[in-house]
Amino acid sequence: MPDFLKYDFMKNALLAVMIVTPMLGILGTMVVHKKMAYFSDALGHSALTGIAVGVVFGLSNVNLSMVLFGVVFALLLNQIKIKNLQSVDTLISVFASASLAAGLAILSKGGNFAQYSALLVGDVLSISKSEIIILFLMFLLVVAYWSFALNRLVAISVHPTLAKAGNIKVRLYEDVFAVLIAVIVMLSIRWVGILLINALFILPAAAAKNISRNMQEYHVYTILISFFSGVVGLVASYYTDVATGPMIVLYAAVIYAATYLYGKE
Amino acid sequence: MRKRRTPCGFHCIKMNHLSVSFGDAEVLSDINLHIHCGTLTAIIGRNGAGKSTLIRAILDEIPHGGSIEFKNTEDGKIKHLEIGYVPQTINIEKNTPMDVYDLVAGFRYRTPVFYHSKKIKEDIKNVLAEFAADDLIDQPIGTLSGGQLQRVLLSMAVMEEPNLLLLDEPVSGIDKVGMDLFYEKMLTLKNSHDMAVIIISHDLDYVAKYADNVILLDKTVLCEGTPKHVYESDAFKQMFGGATYTYGNPRPREIPIKSSRISL
Repeated sequence: MPDFLKYDFMKNALLAVMIVTPMLGILGTMVVHKKMAYFSDALGHSALTGIAVGVVFGLSNVNLSMVLFGVVFALLLNQIKIKNLQSVDTLISVFASASLAAGLAILSKGGNFAQYSALLVGDVLSISKSEIIILFLMFLLVVAYWSFALNRLVAISVHPTLAKAGNIKVRLYEDVFAVLIAVIVMLSIRWVGILLINALFILPAAAAKNISRNMQEYHVYTILISFFSGVVGLVASYYTDVATGPMIVLYAAVIYAATYLYGKE
Repeated sequence: MRKRRTPCGFHCIKMNHLSVSFGDAEVLSDINLHIHCGTLTAIIGRNGAGKSTLIRAILDEIPHGGSIEFKNTEDGKIKHLEIGYVPQTINIEKNTPMDVYDLVAGFRYRTPVFYHSKKIKEDIKNVLAEFAADDLIDQPIGTLSGGQLQRVLLSMAVMEEPNLLLLDEPVSGIDKVGMDLFYEKMLTLKNSHDMAVIIISHDLDYVAKYADNVILLDKTVLCEGTPKHVYESDAFKQMFGGATYTYGNPRPREIPIKSSRISL
Protein backbone atom coordinates (compact mmCIF):
# COMPACT_ATOMS: atom_id res chain seq x y z
CA MET A 1 0.00 0.00 0.00
CA PRO A 2 1.37 3.39 -0.92
CA ASP A 3 2.60 5.51 1.92
CA PHE A 4 -0.13 8.14 1.76
CA LEU A 5 -2.95 5.59 2.10
CA LYS A 6 -1.87 4.68 5.65
CA TYR A 7 -4.15 7.40 6.98
CA ASP A 8 -7.94 7.20 6.96
CA PHE A 9 -8.30 10.87 6.13
CA MET A 10 -6.23 10.34 2.99
CA LYS A 11 -8.36 7.37 1.94
CA ASN A 12 -11.50 9.46 2.43
CA ALA A 13 -9.99 12.39 0.59
CA LEU A 14 -8.99 10.14 -2.32
CA LEU A 15 -12.52 8.77 -2.59
CA ALA A 16 -13.98 12.26 -2.41
CA VAL A 17 -11.64 13.58 -5.09
CA MET A 18 -12.44 10.61 -7.32
CA ILE A 19 -16.12 11.56 -7.08
CA VAL A 20 -15.96 15.36 -7.08
CA THR A 21 -13.56 15.94 -9.98
CA PRO A 22 -15.44 13.92 -12.64
CA MET A 23 -18.74 15.33 -11.39
CA LEU A 24 -17.60 18.93 -11.77
CA GLY A 25 -15.91 17.97 -15.04
CA ILE A 26 -19.11 16.61 -16.58
CA LEU A 27 -21.06 19.75 -15.67
CA GLY A 28 -18.09 21.81 -16.81
CA THR A 29 -18.40 20.52 -20.38
CA MET A 30 -21.63 22.51 -20.77
CA VAL A 31 -20.46 25.44 -18.62
CA VAL A 32 -17.60 25.89 -21.07
CA HIS A 33 -19.64 25.02 -24.16
CA LYS A 34 -22.38 27.49 -23.23
CA LYS A 35 -19.84 30.13 -22.14
CA MET A 36 -21.13 30.28 -18.58
CA ALA A 37 -17.78 30.65 -16.81
CA TYR A 38 -18.85 33.95 -15.28
CA PHE A 39 -22.04 32.35 -14.14
CA SER A 40 -20.43 29.50 -12.19
CA ASP A 41 -17.83 31.88 -10.80
CA ALA A 42 -20.53 34.21 -9.49
CA LEU A 43 -22.34 31.24 -7.96
CA GLY A 44 -19.22 30.09 -6.15
CA HIS A 45 -18.73 33.52 -4.63
CA SER A 46 -22.32 33.71 -3.54
CA ALA A 47 -21.78 30.74 -1.22
CA LEU A 48 -20.52 33.12 1.45
CA THR A 49 -23.68 35.17 1.16
CA GLY A 50 -25.73 32.01 1.56
CA ILE A 51 -23.89 31.24 4.78
CA ALA A 52 -24.37 34.82 5.95
CA VAL A 53 -28.10 34.57 5.33
CA GLY A 54 -28.16 31.38 7.41
CA VAL A 55 -26.26 33.09 10.24
CA VAL A 56 -28.59 36.11 10.21
CA PHE A 57 -31.64 33.87 10.46
CA GLY A 58 -29.95 31.80 13.15
CA LEU A 59 -30.06 28.50 11.28
CA SER A 60 -28.07 25.65 12.81
CA ASN A 61 -27.38 24.10 9.41
CA VAL A 62 -26.06 26.75 7.02
CA ASN A 63 -25.93 24.21 4.17
CA LEU A 64 -29.64 24.68 3.71
CA SER A 65 -29.46 28.47 3.46
CA MET A 66 -26.45 28.15 1.14
CA VAL A 67 -28.28 25.86 -1.28
CA LEU A 68 -31.47 27.93 -1.17
CA PHE A 69 -29.59 31.16 -1.75
CA GLY A 70 -27.62 29.55 -4.56
CA VAL A 71 -30.78 28.37 -6.31
CA VAL A 72 -32.45 31.79 -6.06
CA PHE A 73 -29.27 33.50 -7.22
CA ALA A 74 -28.91 31.12 -10.19
CA LEU A 75 -32.47 31.73 -11.34
CA LEU A 76 -31.96 35.47 -10.98
CA LEU A 77 -28.80 35.34 -13.10
CA ASN A 78 -30.66 33.33 -15.75
CA GLN A 79 -33.39 35.95 -15.80
CA ILE A 80 -30.77 38.67 -16.33
CA LYS A 81 -29.23 36.68 -19.15
CA ILE A 82 -32.54 36.20 -20.91
CA LYS A 83 -33.62 39.83 -20.56
CA ASN A 84 -30.23 40.72 -22.01
CA LEU A 85 -30.59 44.30 -20.87
CA GLN A 86 -26.90 45.13 -20.71
CA SER A 87 -23.81 43.14 -21.44
CA VAL A 88 -24.43 40.05 -19.40
CA ASP A 89 -20.94 39.56 -18.00
CA THR A 90 -20.96 43.06 -16.48
CA LEU A 91 -24.32 42.56 -14.85
CA ILE A 92 -23.36 39.18 -13.45
CA SER A 93 -20.20 40.71 -12.03
CA VAL A 94 -22.21 43.48 -10.39
CA PHE A 95 -24.55 41.00 -8.74
CA ALA A 96 -21.74 38.67 -7.73
CA SER A 97 -19.64 41.45 -6.16
CA ALA A 98 -22.62 42.94 -4.37
CA SER A 99 -23.65 39.61 -2.90
CA LEU A 100 -20.08 38.69 -1.98
CA ALA A 101 -19.64 42.05 -0.24
CA ALA A 102 -22.90 41.59 1.64
CA GLY A 103 -21.81 38.12 2.74
CA LEU A 104 -18.38 39.31 3.87
CA ALA A 105 -19.88 42.29 5.69
CA ILE A 106 -22.27 40.12 7.67
CA LEU A 107 -19.79 37.34 8.46
CA SER A 108 -16.98 39.72 9.46
CA LYS A 109 -19.17 41.70 11.86
CA GLY A 110 -17.62 41.47 15.31
CA GLY A 111 -14.33 40.15 13.90
CA ASN A 112 -15.47 36.55 13.48
CA PHE A 113 -14.46 35.98 9.89
CA ALA A 114 -11.51 33.67 10.68
CA GLN A 115 -13.82 30.70 11.26
CA TYR A 116 -15.12 30.98 7.70
CA SER A 117 -11.83 31.54 5.94
CA ALA A 118 -11.29 27.78 5.49
CA LEU A 119 -14.12 27.97 2.96
CA LEU A 120 -11.98 30.03 0.64
CA VAL A 121 -9.58 27.22 -0.22
CA GLY A 122 -11.63 24.26 0.97
CA ASP A 123 -10.45 21.24 2.91
CA VAL A 124 -11.00 17.88 1.34
CA LEU A 125 -8.89 16.16 4.00
CA SER A 126 -11.59 16.71 6.61
CA ILE A 127 -14.36 14.90 4.73
CA SER A 128 -16.20 12.13 6.57
CA LYS A 129 -17.62 8.81 5.33
CA SER A 130 -21.23 9.99 5.46
CA GLU A 131 -20.34 13.12 3.53
CA ILE A 132 -18.71 10.96 0.87
CA ILE A 133 -21.95 9.05 0.52
CA ILE A 134 -23.81 12.33 -0.03
CA LEU A 135 -21.25 13.30 -2.66
CA PHE A 136 -21.71 9.96 -4.38
CA LEU A 137 -25.48 10.38 -4.48
CA MET A 138 -24.99 13.80 -6.03
CA PHE A 139 -22.69 12.23 -8.59
CA LEU A 140 -25.40 9.71 -9.51
CA LEU A 141 -27.90 12.56 -9.81
CA VAL A 142 -25.60 14.42 -12.19
CA VAL A 143 -25.06 11.33 -14.35
CA ALA A 144 -28.80 10.63 -14.51
CA TYR A 145 -29.57 14.23 -15.36
CA TRP A 146 -26.84 14.27 -17.97
CA SER A 147 -28.14 11.16 -19.73
CA PHE A 148 -31.54 12.76 -19.90
CA ALA A 149 -30.76 16.38 -20.67
CA LEU A 150 -27.47 16.54 -22.56
CA ASN A 151 -29.02 16.42 -26.04
CA ARG A 152 -31.46 19.23 -25.30
CA LEU A 153 -28.71 21.36 -23.76
CA VAL A 154 -26.57 20.81 -26.85
CA ALA A 155 -29.49 21.76 -29.08
CA ILE A 156 -30.17 24.92 -27.08
CA SER A 157 -26.52 25.91 -27.19
CA VAL A 158 -26.50 25.66 -30.98
CA HIS A 159 -29.63 27.67 -31.69
CA PRO A 160 -32.33 28.44 -29.10
CA THR A 161 -34.98 29.27 -31.71
CA LEU A 162 -34.29 26.07 -33.60
CA ALA A 163 -34.49 24.14 -30.34
CA LYS A 164 -37.80 25.78 -29.57
CA ALA A 165 -39.10 24.92 -33.03
CA GLY A 166 -38.21 21.31 -32.16
CA ASN A 167 -40.51 21.51 -29.12
CA ILE A 168 -37.71 21.76 -26.57
CA LYS A 169 -38.68 23.76 -23.49
CA VAL A 170 -35.67 26.06 -23.67
CA ARG A 171 -36.29 28.13 -20.55
CA LEU A 172 -37.07 25.10 -18.41
CA TYR A 173 -33.88 23.29 -19.42
CA GLU A 174 -31.75 26.38 -18.87
CA ASP A 175 -33.26 26.93 -15.43
CA VAL A 176 -32.93 23.32 -14.32
CA PHE A 177 -29.30 23.29 -15.47
CA ALA A 178 -28.59 26.51 -13.55
CA VAL A 179 -30.26 25.16 -10.42
CA LEU A 180 -28.31 21.90 -10.63
CA ILE A 181 -25.04 23.81 -10.93
CA ALA A 182 -26.04 25.92 -7.94
CA VAL A 183 -26.78 22.87 -5.80
CA ILE A 184 -23.58 21.07 -6.81
CA VAL A 185 -21.47 24.19 -6.24
CA MET A 186 -22.95 24.81 -2.81
CA LEU A 187 -22.60 21.21 -1.66
CA SER A 188 -19.03 20.79 -2.94
CA ILE A 189 -17.67 24.13 -1.84
CA ARG A 190 -16.53 23.06 1.62
CA TRP A 191 -14.20 20.51 0.05
CA VAL A 192 -13.10 22.43 -3.00
CA GLY A 193 -13.08 26.03 -1.83
CA ILE A 194 -14.77 29.18 -3.07
CA LEU A 195 -11.69 30.45 -4.84
CA LEU A 196 -11.05 27.22 -6.71
CA ILE A 197 -14.40 25.69 -7.57
CA ASN A 198 -14.69 27.52 -10.85
CA ALA A 199 -11.26 26.29 -11.90
CA LEU A 200 -12.44 22.70 -11.52
CA PHE A 201 -15.49 23.45 -13.64
CA ILE A 202 -13.63 25.22 -16.38
CA LEU A 203 -10.08 23.87 -16.71
CA PRO A 204 -10.67 20.17 -17.51
CA ALA A 205 -13.40 20.94 -20.06
CA ALA A 206 -11.42 23.80 -21.58
CA ALA A 207 -8.38 21.52 -21.89
CA ALA A 208 -10.48 18.75 -23.46
CA LYS A 209 -12.07 21.20 -25.88
CA ASN A 210 -8.63 21.95 -27.32
CA ILE A 211 -8.22 18.39 -28.52
CA SER A 212 -11.80 17.14 -29.14
CA ARG A 213 -13.64 16.91 -32.43
CA ASN A 214 -16.97 15.71 -31.06
CA MET A 215 -19.04 15.36 -27.90
CA GLN A 216 -17.90 11.83 -27.19
CA GLU A 217 -14.22 12.79 -27.19
CA TYR A 218 -15.04 15.98 -25.29
CA HIS A 219 -16.66 14.03 -22.46
CA VAL A 220 -14.07 11.26 -22.31
CA TYR A 221 -11.13 13.70 -22.26
CA THR A 222 -12.80 16.02 -19.75
CA ILE A 223 -13.45 13.19 -17.32
CA LEU A 224 -9.95 11.73 -17.75
CA ILE A 225 -8.28 15.11 -17.27
CA SER A 226 -10.31 16.09 -14.21
CA PHE A 227 -9.89 12.65 -12.64
CA PHE A 228 -6.16 12.61 -13.32
CA SER A 229 -5.52 16.13 -12.00
CA GLY A 230 -7.63 15.35 -8.95
CA VAL A 231 -5.83 12.16 -7.95
CA VAL A 232 -2.33 13.33 -8.86
CA GLY A 233 -2.95 16.71 -7.20
CA LEU A 234 -4.06 15.04 -3.98
CA VAL A 235 -1.05 12.72 -3.83
CA ALA A 236 1.31 15.56 -4.68
CA SER A 237 -0.19 17.75 -1.99
CA TYR A 238 0.45 14.98 0.56
CA TYR A 239 4.15 14.76 -0.27
CA THR A 240 4.73 18.49 -0.68
CA ASP A 241 2.57 19.61 2.24
CA VAL A 242 0.67 22.08 0.06
CA ALA A 243 -3.14 22.57 0.28
CA THR A 244 -4.95 20.01 -1.91
CA GLY A 245 -7.30 22.26 -3.90
CA PRO A 246 -4.60 24.54 -5.31
CA MET A 247 -2.44 21.53 -6.20
CA ILE A 248 -5.28 19.93 -8.20
CA VAL A 249 -5.97 23.18 -10.02
CA LEU A 250 -2.28 23.58 -10.86
CA TYR A 251 -2.17 20.15 -12.46
CA ALA A 252 -5.30 20.91 -14.46
CA ALA A 253 -3.76 24.21 -15.59
CA VAL A 254 -0.61 22.47 -16.79
CA ILE A 255 -2.72 20.00 -18.77
CA TYR A 256 -4.66 22.90 -20.23
CA ALA A 257 -1.43 24.53 -21.41
CA ALA A 258 -0.28 21.24 -22.95
CA THR A 259 -3.53 20.62 -24.85
CA TYR A 260 -3.58 24.23 -25.98
CA LEU A 261 -0.16 23.87 -27.57
CA TYR A 262 -1.02 20.45 -28.99
CA GLY A 263 -4.35 21.63 -30.38
CA LYS A 264 -2.73 24.56 -32.17
CA GLU A 265 -0.62 22.29 -34.32
CA MET B 1 -37.94 11.08 -44.82
CA ARG B 2 -39.70 7.83 -44.29
CA LYS B 3 -43.15 8.47 -45.55
CA ARG B 4 -44.12 10.28 -48.66
CA ARG B 5 -47.28 12.32 -48.65
CA THR B 6 -49.40 12.71 -51.71
CA PRO B 7 -49.78 16.29 -52.79
CA CYS B 8 -53.36 17.28 -52.15
CA GLY B 9 -53.51 21.05 -52.14
CA PHE B 10 -56.11 20.92 -49.41
CA HIS B 11 -53.99 22.06 -46.51
CA CYS B 12 -53.33 25.68 -45.97
CA ILE B 13 -51.76 27.98 -43.45
CA LYS B 14 -53.62 31.18 -42.75
CA MET B 15 -52.24 34.20 -40.99
CA ASN B 16 -54.91 36.61 -39.87
CA HIS B 17 -54.06 40.19 -38.89
CA LEU B 18 -50.65 39.15 -37.61
CA SER B 19 -48.79 41.99 -35.89
CA VAL B 20 -45.66 42.38 -33.79
CA SER B 21 -44.58 45.30 -31.63
CA PHE B 22 -41.39 45.86 -29.70
CA GLY B 23 -42.33 48.37 -27.02
CA ASP B 24 -44.01 51.25 -28.81
CA ALA B 25 -42.56 50.43 -32.20
CA GLU B 26 -44.78 48.38 -34.46
CA VAL B 27 -42.51 46.15 -36.52
CA LEU B 28 -45.16 44.21 -38.38
CA SER B 29 -48.78 45.18 -38.81
CA ASP B 30 -51.85 43.51 -40.22
CA ILE B 31 -50.21 40.65 -42.10
CA ASN B 32 -52.78 38.46 -43.84
CA LEU B 33 -51.38 35.51 -45.71
CA HIS B 34 -52.73 32.34 -47.13
CA ILE B 35 -50.17 29.67 -47.92
CA HIS B 36 -51.06 26.37 -49.55
CA CYS B 37 -49.29 23.10 -49.17
CA GLY B 38 -47.08 22.15 -52.06
CA THR B 39 -46.13 25.73 -52.88
CA LEU B 40 -42.92 27.69 -52.60
CA THR B 41 -43.41 31.17 -51.20
CA ALA B 42 -40.57 33.66 -51.10
CA ILE B 43 -40.52 36.63 -48.75
CA ILE B 44 -38.51 39.52 -50.08
CA GLY B 45 -37.89 43.02 -48.81
CA ARG B 46 -35.14 45.41 -47.84
CA ASN B 47 -33.09 44.99 -44.66
CA GLY B 48 -35.16 45.79 -41.60
CA ALA B 49 -38.44 45.15 -43.38
CA GLY B 50 -39.41 42.62 -40.72
CA LYS B 51 -38.69 39.40 -42.62
CA SER B 52 -36.88 37.69 -39.76
CA THR B 53 -39.41 39.06 -37.27
CA LEU B 54 -42.19 37.44 -39.28
CA ILE B 55 -40.36 34.10 -39.12
CA ARG B 56 -39.87 34.45 -35.37
CA ALA B 57 -43.57 35.26 -34.96
CA ILE B 58 -44.56 32.19 -36.98
CA LEU B 59 -42.24 30.11 -34.77
CA ASP B 60 -44.01 31.66 -31.76
CA GLU B 61 -40.73 32.91 -30.37
CA ILE B 62 -41.98 36.43 -29.90
CA PRO B 63 -45.43 37.53 -28.82
CA HIS B 64 -47.67 38.57 -31.68
CA GLY B 65 -51.20 39.78 -32.31
CA GLY B 66 -53.55 38.04 -34.70
CA SER B 67 -53.62 34.32 -35.34
CA ILE B 68 -51.99 31.56 -37.36
CA GLU B 69 -54.16 28.60 -38.36
CA PHE B 70 -53.37 25.39 -40.11
CA LYS B 71 -56.43 24.04 -41.85
CA ASN B 72 -57.59 21.23 -43.99
CA THR B 73 -59.73 23.16 -46.47
CA GLU B 74 -61.59 20.05 -47.55
CA ASP B 75 -63.25 19.38 -44.22
CA GLY B 76 -62.39 22.66 -42.48
CA LYS B 77 -60.62 20.92 -39.59
CA ILE B 78 -57.86 22.80 -37.82
CA LYS B 79 -54.75 20.69 -37.32
CA HIS B 80 -51.52 21.01 -35.45
CA LEU B 81 -48.90 22.73 -37.57
CA GLU B 82 -45.52 20.99 -37.60
CA ILE B 83 -42.84 23.49 -38.58
CA GLY B 84 -39.40 22.66 -39.89
CA TYR B 85 -37.05 25.59 -39.52
CA VAL B 86 -33.71 26.18 -41.20
CA PRO B 87 -31.89 29.15 -39.67
CA GLN B 88 -29.51 31.30 -41.64
CA THR B 89 -26.61 30.25 -39.51
CA ILE B 90 -25.93 28.76 -36.09
CA ASN B 91 -24.15 30.01 -33.05
CA ILE B 92 -20.88 28.10 -32.90
CA GLU B 93 -17.19 28.74 -32.66
CA LYS B 94 -14.70 27.23 -35.06
CA ASN B 95 -13.29 24.85 -32.45
CA THR B 96 -16.62 23.70 -31.00
CA PRO B 97 -16.27 20.04 -29.99
CA MET B 98 -19.31 18.94 -31.98
CA ASP B 99 -19.54 17.05 -35.23
CA VAL B 100 -22.51 16.67 -37.56
CA TYR B 101 -23.59 13.53 -35.69
CA ASP B 102 -23.78 15.53 -32.43
CA LEU B 103 -25.75 18.30 -34.11
CA VAL B 104 -28.39 16.07 -35.67
CA ALA B 105 -28.59 13.59 -32.78
CA GLY B 106 -28.74 16.47 -30.27
CA PHE B 107 -31.89 17.75 -31.90
CA ARG B 108 -33.54 14.56 -33.06
CA TYR B 109 -32.56 11.67 -30.77
CA ARG B 110 -32.76 10.79 -27.08
CA THR B 111 -29.59 8.75 -26.79
CA PRO B 112 -27.15 11.17 -25.12
CA VAL B 113 -24.49 12.37 -27.54
CA PHE B 114 -21.62 11.49 -25.20
CA TYR B 115 -22.22 8.02 -26.61
CA HIS B 116 -22.06 7.68 -30.38
CA SER B 117 -24.42 4.91 -31.40
CA LYS B 118 -23.73 3.02 -34.64
CA LYS B 119 -27.41 2.57 -35.37
CA ILE B 120 -28.24 6.26 -34.99
CA LYS B 121 -25.24 7.09 -37.11
CA GLU B 122 -26.61 4.93 -39.93
CA ASP B 123 -30.04 6.54 -39.59
CA ILE B 124 -28.59 10.03 -39.73
CA LYS B 125 -26.39 9.14 -42.67
CA ASN B 126 -29.43 7.96 -44.62
CA VAL B 127 -31.19 11.26 -44.08
CA LEU B 128 -28.09 13.28 -44.88
CA ALA B 129 -27.64 11.26 -48.06
CA GLU B 130 -30.79 12.75 -49.49
CA PHE B 131 -29.03 16.10 -49.43
CA ALA B 132 -25.65 14.67 -50.43
CA ALA B 133 -24.29 15.43 -46.98
CA ASP B 134 -23.64 11.91 -45.68
CA ASP B 135 -19.87 12.31 -46.02
CA LEU B 136 -20.02 15.13 -43.51
CA ILE B 137 -21.23 13.06 -40.56
CA ASP B 138 -17.88 12.99 -38.73
CA GLN B 139 -16.90 16.54 -39.58
CA PRO B 140 -16.72 19.14 -36.78
CA ILE B 141 -19.52 21.63 -37.41
CA GLY B 142 -17.21 24.60 -36.96
CA THR B 143 -15.43 23.62 -40.17
CA LEU B 144 -18.49 23.32 -42.44
CA SER B 145 -18.95 25.81 -45.26
CA GLY B 146 -22.18 27.81 -45.48
CA GLY B 147 -23.58 25.48 -48.10
CA GLN B 148 -22.61 22.31 -46.24
CA LEU B 149 -24.14 23.60 -43.02
CA GLN B 150 -27.33 24.49 -44.84
CA ARG B 151 -27.63 20.96 -46.25
CA VAL B 152 -27.18 19.49 -42.79
CA LEU B 153 -29.75 21.86 -41.26
CA LEU B 154 -32.13 21.10 -44.10
CA SER B 155 -31.82 17.36 -43.51
CA MET B 156 -32.60 17.97 -39.86
CA ALA B 157 -35.65 20.07 -40.72
CA VAL B 158 -37.24 17.52 -43.07
CA MET B 159 -36.56 14.57 -40.74
CA GLU B 160 -39.69 15.42 -38.77
CA GLU B 161 -41.92 15.58 -41.86
CA PRO B 162 -43.05 19.15 -41.27
CA ASN B 163 -46.09 20.66 -42.95
CA LEU B 164 -44.31 23.96 -43.24
CA LEU B 165 -40.66 24.43 -44.01
CA LEU B 166 -39.32 27.85 -43.00
CA LEU B 167 -35.98 28.81 -44.44
CA ASP B 168 -33.78 31.77 -43.82
CA GLU B 169 -31.53 31.73 -46.84
CA PRO B 170 -27.85 32.13 -46.02
CA VAL B 171 -26.45 35.33 -47.46
CA SER B 172 -23.05 33.90 -48.11
CA GLY B 173 -21.25 30.64 -48.54
CA ILE B 174 -23.12 29.17 -51.49
CA ASP B 175 -21.98 29.41 -55.09
CA LYS B 176 -24.24 29.66 -58.13
CA VAL B 177 -24.33 25.96 -58.88
CA GLY B 178 -25.14 25.29 -55.24
CA MET B 179 -27.99 27.81 -55.32
CA ASP B 180 -29.63 26.19 -58.37
CA LEU B 181 -29.34 22.75 -56.85
CA PHE B 182 -30.72 24.09 -53.57
CA TYR B 183 -33.81 25.49 -55.25
CA GLU B 184 -34.26 22.33 -57.33
CA LYS B 185 -34.28 20.39 -54.08
CA MET B 186 -36.90 22.76 -52.68
CA LEU B 187 -39.11 21.97 -55.65
CA THR B 188 -38.74 18.25 -55.01
CA LEU B 189 -39.57 18.73 -51.34
CA LYS B 190 -42.71 20.76 -51.91
CA ASN B 191 -43.94 18.35 -54.57
CA SER B 192 -43.03 14.98 -53.13
CA HIS B 193 -43.59 15.80 -49.47
CA ASP B 194 -46.49 18.18 -49.91
CA MET B 195 -44.78 20.79 -47.78
CA ALA B 196 -45.50 24.45 -47.83
CA VAL B 197 -42.13 26.12 -48.15
CA ILE B 198 -41.54 29.70 -47.04
CA ILE B 199 -38.14 31.11 -47.78
CA ILE B 200 -36.67 34.47 -46.89
CA SER B 201 -34.58 35.22 -49.89
CA HIS B 202 -32.00 37.83 -50.72
CA ASP B 203 -31.57 36.79 -54.30
CA LEU B 204 -34.28 38.20 -56.55
CA ASP B 205 -33.12 36.26 -59.61
CA TYR B 206 -33.63 32.90 -57.96
CA VAL B 207 -36.96 33.94 -56.54
CA ALA B 208 -38.14 34.96 -60.01
CA LYS B 209 -37.08 31.62 -61.37
CA TYR B 210 -38.31 29.24 -58.69
CA ALA B 211 -41.01 30.71 -56.44
CA ASP B 212 -44.70 30.09 -56.93
CA ASN B 213 -45.62 33.08 -54.81
CA VAL B 214 -43.78 36.18 -53.76
CA ILE B 215 -44.53 38.37 -50.78
CA LEU B 216 -43.03 41.82 -50.79
CA LEU B 217 -42.75 42.86 -47.18
CA ASP B 218 -42.13 46.20 -45.55
CA LYS B 219 -43.78 46.26 -42.11
CA THR B 220 -46.83 44.88 -43.87
CA VAL B 221 -47.51 43.05 -47.11
CA LEU B 222 -47.00 45.58 -49.91
CA CYS B 223 -47.66 43.21 -52.75
CA GLU B 224 -48.34 39.51 -53.15
CA GLY B 225 -48.75 37.13 -56.06
CA THR B 226 -46.76 35.40 -58.78
CA PRO B 227 -43.16 36.59 -59.20
CA LYS B 228 -44.13 38.40 -62.40
CA HIS B 229 -47.04 40.16 -60.75
CA VAL B 230 -44.99 41.34 -57.79
CA TYR B 231 -41.88 42.29 -59.76
CA GLU B 232 -43.90 44.48 -62.09
CA SER B 233 -45.67 46.30 -59.27
CA ASP B 234 -44.85 49.90 -58.38
CA ALA B 235 -43.98 48.97 -54.81
CA PHE B 236 -41.33 46.56 -56.04
CA LYS B 237 -39.83 49.05 -58.45
CA GLN B 238 -39.68 51.68 -55.74
CA MET B 239 -37.75 49.35 -53.47
CA PHE B 240 -35.48 47.53 -55.87
CA GLY B 241 -35.51 49.58 -59.07
CA GLY B 242 -36.60 48.23 -62.42
CA ALA B 243 -34.22 45.51 -63.57
CA THR B 244 -35.40 42.71 -65.85
CA TYR B 245 -35.82 39.20 -64.55
CA THR B 246 -36.24 35.78 -66.07
CA TYR B 247 -39.30 34.06 -64.71
CA GLY B 248 -39.55 30.34 -64.35
CA ASN B 249 -42.12 28.35 -66.27
CA PRO B 250 -45.28 27.66 -64.35
CA ARG B 251 -44.75 24.22 -62.93
CA PRO B 252 -47.59 21.75 -63.22
CA ARG B 253 -48.28 19.93 -59.99
CA GLU B 254 -47.18 16.39 -60.39
CA ILE B 255 -46.64 13.38 -58.23
CA PRO B 256 -43.04 12.46 -58.83
CA ILE B 257 -41.95 8.90 -59.00
CA LYS B 258 -39.40 8.05 -56.30
CA SER B 259 -37.12 11.03 -56.46
CA SER B 260 -33.64 10.33 -57.62
CA ARG B 261 -30.80 11.52 -55.48
CA ILE B 262 -30.34 15.19 -56.14
CA SER B 263 -27.15 16.65 -54.93
CA LEU B 264 -26.97 20.22 -53.87
